[in-house]
Amino acid sequence: MGEKRNKTHLHCTVNGKERDNFVPDNMLLVDYLREDLDLTGTKIGCDGGECGCCTVLIGGAPQHACLRLAATCQELDIETIESLSDASRLSALQRGFHEKLGAQCGFCTPGMIMAAEGLLRQNPNPSEEQIRQGLASNICRCTGYIKIIESVQFAIGELKLAGNAT
Amino acid sequence: MEYMPNFQLHRPETPEEAIKLLNEQPEAKLVAGGTDMIVNVRRGIEQPKNLIDLSSINQLKEITESNDGLRIGAGVTLNKVATTALIKKGYPAVAEAASSVAGGTHQQYGTLGGNLCLDTRCLFYNQSEWWRQSNDYCMKERGDVCHVAPGGKRCFAAFSGDVAPAMLVYTAEVELLSSRGIRRIPLAEMYQNDGMNHLTLAPDELVSAVHLPRTLNGTPSRYEKVRIRGSIDFPLAGAAVRLKMNCGKVEDISIALTGVNPFPQIIKGTDEYIGKALNDEGLDILRDSVRKQAKPMKTTTVAPWYRRRVIGALARKLIKELAA
Repeated sequence: MGEKRNKTHLHCTVNGKERDNFVPDNMLLVDYLREDLDLTGTKIGCDGGECGCCTVLIGGAPQHACLRLAATCQELDIETIESLSDASRLSALQRGFHEKLGAQCGFCTPGMIMAAEGLLRQNPNPSEEQIRQGLASNICRCTGYIKIIESVQFAIGELKLAGNAT
Repeated sequence: MEYMPNFQLHRPETPEEAIKLLNEQPEAKLVAGGTDMIVNVRRGIEQPKNLIDLSSINQLKEITESNDGLRIGAGVTLNKVATTALIKKGYPAVAEAASSVAGGTHQQYGTLGGNLCLDTRCLFYNQSEWWRQSNDYCMKERGDVCHVAPGGKRCFAAFSGDVAPAMLVYTAEVELLSSRGIRRIPLAEMYQNDGMNHLTLAPDELVSAVHLPRTLNGTPSRYEKVRIRGSIDFPLAGAAVRLKMNCGKVEDISIALTGVNPFPQIIKGTDEYIGKALNDEGLDILRDSVRKQAKPMKTTTVAPWYRRRVIGALARKLIKELAA
């Protein structure tokens, strides 16, 4: 501290909203989201890319916000857990985690849901093995993962029903 | 973990700009995906004043096919290496290795070049500042002693990249860029047996691409590793095997290891098996020769004797599967 931090002008899109901010060069994306934008849904767990709690979507692909410098997100599209619900209606994945008790203490849930969201956009009908692979970077210390996989499967079912209805 | 130290970030858009920056700031560190580098910066292992981020250089993200083989840019993400059909079909071990690096989320932004230039790892090195300080640091960083071999004069930190051994069995070459131009060397020559300084790159050089030879396109190969967390972890030991059989006899065989030495290692003496059939006895001899050449030290929480046993067993299993 004390030393003046170098800053960069960051222009990016967060949850569909265009952002123009000056961010310190050494600021992590997760700190930018939580401190500057007050998007505290994204959690800081291990700080080292091991737990996946800070997973957000960058350009539609799940990435760790704790290992990414905010200034490297120039012109990129970032989505956090806050973007999923539509006018306070939960998304299919959020409903799945609610219905199937995929969240216990809930700390890993934002990361789990964003990783699952990234997976379902790539592959709307993943097998259980593919779900496990898609969530491999995320740690949960409560559920034992079974409930989380059921939650994702619930969401897949919901999305299929919604797809058939329209 | 500690707060981020202060540094200046540079974001070149062409390889030439990156080289220019590297010449202006010789102490600068290069960062591609940052899945390992940022962790090291936060732990105070790396304390760069200048960080050159390569992620906006699109020129490094190309995969091109030519007459002499496949050229993969160093900035291609591991996810792309793992899923590109040309690599999956032509050089299966490479795709398999890329898909086994850390977890799926890391592969989305971790790059090929980053994995090849991955810093060596050690139980006494990849720790927090207070941990290392309480332990009086180590030879690789600020200290004098190697805690792995206190009597020794060298560092044994293990190279833990997954893709390098898979590239080695295909005799890959790397393209190195500097202000002096481009030079192309065999990937094996990019490494040396020194945990402190395992890359032979000049300080102003940048890995820009990897070439996989066309002549070996399509030869069967496998990569597998042993790790503590099955879903996401560095290898305790990893083996890549390329094996071509012809009428039940070995036509070509190559084995390379990672995680058991300060550099990714090609197993010597495998040529002896060319033209021979692989029975159980032959497999056992190959397994023993892998065990003999691997030199795991106490750089992980898992004991060296186990890693030595498991690397032999792993190589034997892969050879057997490929021979079948």
